[in-house]
Amino acid sequence: MLYGFFLADCIRIEDFPKGEIEAIFHLADKLYPFSKAGTDIAKNRILATLFYEPSTRTRLSFETAMIKLGGSVISVEDAKATSSFAKGETIADTVRTVENYCDIIVMRHSLEGAARIAAEFASVPVINAGDGAHQHPTQALLDLYTIRREKGKIGGLKVALCGDLKYGRTVHSLAYLLAMFGAEITLVAPTQLRYPQEIREKQERDFGVKFTEKYNIADALDSDVIYMTRVQKERFPDPLEYEHVRGSCLLTKELMQNAKKGCIVMHPLPRVDEIDHEIDREPGAVYFRQAGYGVPVRMALISHLLGLKA
Amino acid sequence: MSGLQSDGGLKVSRIENGIVIDHIPAGRGLKCLSVLGLQNPKGSIIVAINVPSKRQGRKDIVKLENISLADRVLNKLALIAPAATINIIKDGAVVGKKHASCPAKVSGIVRCNNERCASRNERDARSSFSLESSEPLVLRCDYCERTLQENEILEQISA
Repeated sequence: MLYGFFLADCIRIEDFPKGEIEAIFHLADKLYPFSKAGTDIAKNRILATLFYEPSTRTRLSFETAMIKLGGSVISVEDAKATSSFAKGETIADTVRTVENYCDIIVMRHSLEGAARIAAEFASVPVINAGDGAHQHPTQALLDLYTIRREKGKIGGLKVALCGDLKYGRTVHSLAYLLAMFGAEITLVAPTQLRYPQEIREKQERDFGVKFTEKYNIADALDSDVIYMTRVQKERFPDPLEYEHVRGSCLLTKELMQNAKKGCIVMHPLPRVDEIDHEIDREPGAVYFRQAGYGVPVRMALISHLLGLKA
Repeated sequence: MSGLQSDGGLKVSRIENGIVIDHIPAGRGLKCLSVLGLQNPKGSIIVAINVPSKRQGRKDIVKLENISLADRVLNKLALIAPAATINIIKDGAVVGKKHASCPAKVSGIVRCNNERCASRNERDARSSFSLESSEPLVLRCDYCERTLQENEILEQISA
């Protein structure tokens, strides 16, 4: 389904022109009060979640968004456990069946590019809720919306992206959006988990910006936003090496006390111990509110793709 | 185009009208044919494989008599034989010469090397790449966005 110049699906963040993101955020602002109170603009519409990989948080967020819009949800929580998957049913066949039962599909899959295949074969909008190590566009959108909401702007802000910048799909997409909207980006990661050079050069080139690189959070405390990600133990075969590097990627209470006034701390969650739990009570600890912003953003995205009038 | 003669008297004759693809790396002539998709040609196809070449030592040649092909089809040769010369023949004379330039989109010719790419694991998917760079030749998978480098492309084509 096409709506004028707007996108028909949400597959990768790079498909969104800046104007369309601004339109979605404007709609999210409008729908924000209804993310608790509810509305009925999606009455009689059905959202289907097809999750081939588990994800409680993302799935619940999408389901809540649709219910708050006044629509209904049909869910396949564990699509790999279904008889169709066991029989080897393709993504193409699955979506062409499921689209008979719904108006929009949200899919998470372990294969990279799976959402794109779904979108090619489905005649209803498809939202990519994560395809392997490839993309998770709605996470990037809600992250950017969080910054805009909490800081009142994006352009000109200093944002430090910290932790696993090599394998973290969310930081690659968020960096893309931050560069698009004029934020100054500092990359903070141990050498082994540095931001991929190829992606960095392309983003710097595309937006005419220059990223700064640091190796310790202590060197990025002049940031307006500190975005934390978890450094996974599995990435380090040598446990001693892991212990050595993770120290540079922990946000302690002491570090937070020296952070810039008004600095906010974000995390895509789940977190382990990369953020000191004592920081949770600080006004700048935004990570749980960040998860909450996922609802109005997803409400806006669903409305946008279905052409609903808010 | 001159005929070629070995001591055994083998000759590749001229064509009056059509296309001659010359200077194909030896051994890739049949692959070129496959990529051009000429399963039911209207005209004749002549292939010379591993014939002598002053420039290359050995080469393949493909002659398509009374067959015309759109540029977007001929451009697929850029993946397999980027240095090949495409000669347009009319009334026995070469009326045009060009080289293939890689199209912006390449589908169904090479496959993604990423084992986690859906295009490799889904029966209904066809590989699809966008041209990232012509020199060196780099393709980017439209599904997983990993790149395929020139040496990887040639490795697949030559297999």
